[in-house]
Amino acid sequence: MIPAAVIAANRFGLGARPGELAAIGSDPRGWLKAQISSANAIPASIAAQPGTEARLAELPPATMGADGQPQKDLIQAVLKLARDRYPVDAAAALDAAMTSQTSFVERLVAFWSNHFTVSALRPAVAGLIGPFQAEAIRPHLFGRFVDLLKAATLHPAMLLYLDNAVSFGPDSRAGQRRDKGLNENLARELMELHTLGVNGGYTQNDVRELAKILTGWTIHRPGQPERAIAAERGGAVFIPFIHEPGQKTLLGKTYGDAGQNEAEEVLEDLARHPSTARFIATKLARHFIADDPPSSAVATLAETFTKTDGDLAAVTTRLIDLDEAWGGDGKYRAPYDWVVAIFRAFGAGDNSGGDQKGHSAVQVLDHLGQRPFFAPSPAGWPDDAASWLAPESLLARIDYAQAVGKARAETDPMKIVDGTVGPAISAESRFSVEHAPSRPEAIALLLVSPEFLRR
Amino acid sequence: MLSRRHLLSLTGSAAAMGLLPVRLALADAPTDARFVLAIQRGAMDGLHAVPPYGDPNYAALRGTLALSDKAGLDGVLDLDGRFGLHPKLTELKAWYDQGELLVVHAVATPYRERSHFDGQDLLENGTIQPHAGDSGWLNRTIGLMGPTAGDQRLGLALGEDVPLALRGKVKVASWAPANLPAAAPDFLNLVSAMYAKQPQLGDTLRQAISADAMADQAMGANAGMVPLRPNNAARILAEAGGKLLAQDNGPRIAVLELQGWDTHTNQGLGANGRMAQALQQMNDAFAALKSGLGAAWSKTVVMTATEFGRTARPNGSGGTDHGTATALFLGGGAVAGKRVIANWPGLEFAQLYQNRDLAPTTDFRAVAKGVLAAHLALPQDALSNVVFPQSGQVRPMQELLRA
Repeated sequence: MIPAAVIAANRFGLGARPGELAAIGSDPRGWLKAQISSANAIPASIAAQPGTEARLAELPPATMGADGQPQKDLIQAVLKLARDRYPVDAAAALDAAMTSQTSFVERLVAFWSNHFTVSALRPAVAGLIGPFQAEAIRPHLFGRFVDLLKAATLHPAMLLYLDNAVSFGPDSRAGQRRDKGLNENLARELMELHTLGVNGGYTQNDVRELAKILTGWTIHRPGQPERAIAAERGGAVFIPFIHEPGQKTLLGKTYGDAGQNEAEEVLEDLARHPSTARFIATKLARHFIADDPPSSAVATLAETFTKTDGDLAAVTTRLIDLDEAWGGDGKYRAPYDWVVAIFRAFGAGDNSGGDQKGHSAVQVLDHLGQRPFFAPSPAGWPDDAASWLAPESLLARIDYAQAVGKARAETDPMKIVDGTVGPAISAESRFSVEHAPSRPEAIALLLVSPEFLRR
Repeated sequence: MLSRRHLLSLTGSAAAMGLLPVRLALADAPTDARFVLAIQRGAMDGLHAVPPYGDPNYAALRGTLALSDKAGLDGVLDLDGRFGLHPKLTELKAWYDQGELLVVHAVATPYRERSHFDGQDLLENGTIQPHAGDSGWLNRTIGLMGPTAGDQRLGLALGEDVPLALRGKVKVASWAPANLPAAAPDFLNLVSAMYAKQPQLGDTLRQAISADAMADQAMGANAGMVPLRPNNAARILAEAGGKLLAQDNGPRIAVLELQGWDTHTNQGLGANGRMAQALQQMNDAFAALKSGLGAAWSKTVVMTATEFGRTARPNGSGGTDHGTATALFLGGGAVAGKRVIANWPGLEFAQLYQNRDLAPTTDFRAVAKGVLAAHLALPQDALSNVVFPQSGQVRPMQELLRA
């Protein structure tokens, strides 16, 4: 049996910091629920960064070349934004994760950011991922799912990443004049990955219709004539003459010709769809319980989701109260989980690490195959051991563990054991740590012990 | 910095315990044939990579994405007067001219929906539905190849993780350049002892050590310390993969992953754009693979595989959306090349699948079964029931390889 405080700190949180297990004490569920009701101030390292609108305002005016592609100076400015901002944003995110006193909140930021993946593999997006998380994800963690969905879908980073920013209604004025048309990318992934799930009951025709509904939503660039803009939303704008006119029929329901309101209405319906409840419930259960989550847990979460109209505070509370989440042997830690847990174990930020700790974590994660903000596809990082436990990646973790051990030679290994996995450590692991030939090796062994590799 | 290999040779104790395979098994492998599966994640546009430029409807259908039949930066590299290669595929053109490249066009797996993730899952699990199992068809292939001696692992994943195609009962190796200073063998020994009652972690560690020793043997101390980036990862992994496969006692089956195919925008034409970039990376990776293989190239088949093709017409933003059939490359010294095999469906509106995609006329499994039967001597019933279950009616393509 893994003690509940250990599960609260490691499975729900991002790994115990020194003293945290004691602070959690005998009320692990209360410790987690307090994080839901607290004000959720944005961590200082992230609040210090400029937002999307400020960043977009620095781009050169929106001009198109003769070939209809954005002009070179705009592309170069976007790439410069990525080069300048990516390293700072990624380090700030890691810094927040490793120092947070409310690391359940930080895990949920990572979870929902992964659900609504925007990846720096598209260089145009790399400079906006930090603000995406701050503006679209953080404010809605414990709000209604529909608000999270709207904020994520209509954020400039998502509109760029899944190409809606360049999707034109074929019969819109701009589409006709420039011979441009639909791009299905956002419409498909929005149903497959963000709401209904791949078997959620939509067809290729639904993808086309949703793509039409989403046309017109693009990013706000300096120089766009104000009269062309019918609605604005945190750096995103709705431009009617790009929007496909006429009625659209999605999942059997007809949507009137309502401009910017079409997307909002559709997102409300998608958020309320039973397939969405089931899909979100499955992903949450997989993340917090097991790679193959028990169907009872999924059903319970889906029921709460539906009953509360997607109230994420209620769903999250129900998750904490699921007995299944407090048993079993949990999950194999993804590299992000494992590296953040190591930094937290040594109390990063208290008396070590300095300003560079976020940057060094980013670098290590790059070596371990999970470079921050660089998810391989719109589906995000995988969430199962089969994807992360491979020969080469285990060896890379052992290499890194040994390097950490050497750097922490002054630390008492048993103190780190007690502060992280505590009584959950197996007899074999404890024996290995206690009988290691040196302190660095003892620490390194703990970090690659089966108990520390899991959460 | 010392590589692991040097450390291993300095350390007798671990080897004496039988933990570290300082000397790899020298017994004969069950086969001399090498097979590399190159998975193109994101859905490659077959009409762009292998333009059917002799089709009378090609230029009008493809519009801004139509390559020219004239030589130049945007001109096709002609294959047979009907089909050509994208101008970035110069290495593949050279293979073709030497009889080492065969192209199969209008190919698709049995999957007819348009989700990347389900499509890739089915492509790798080898069944007729996504998520139908947790083993891959290449892992099951290896399981049929017969026993190996000692520590030899026939399967090799190039990259830190093992793709589904190679996951399953048979243990496989993986290789990626190490970017962190290598842990000392004595420490690996301590970790291994700690994992004594943890079969999964223990096995994984043993596989890692074995692959690492093999890599040092194949590549010397130069292995590692190269940060992988999207623009160099495939080339670095392919070259290393070639060297590992070339070893007498090395792996025989490898999987290489190629990225960058999901070209919804800025697909470009011949010289620029996302497609040119993805094809260039593939071209360079294949050149590196061949160079790494050395003499073993003559016994090699490289096969590409992607989850589906893309829309035949450009979408509204200079790209293409998810489609159905695509093109497939078979390269290598063992291939009976200089041919394009296509039961060509045509590009007229009514000939397109659902009026939008290149129609599939060849089942991906027919190609794969043809290669596995001829190259690895797998029996028909195993191919139809184990490797690609329920594929009895899909006949293996004949005469893909040199006699």
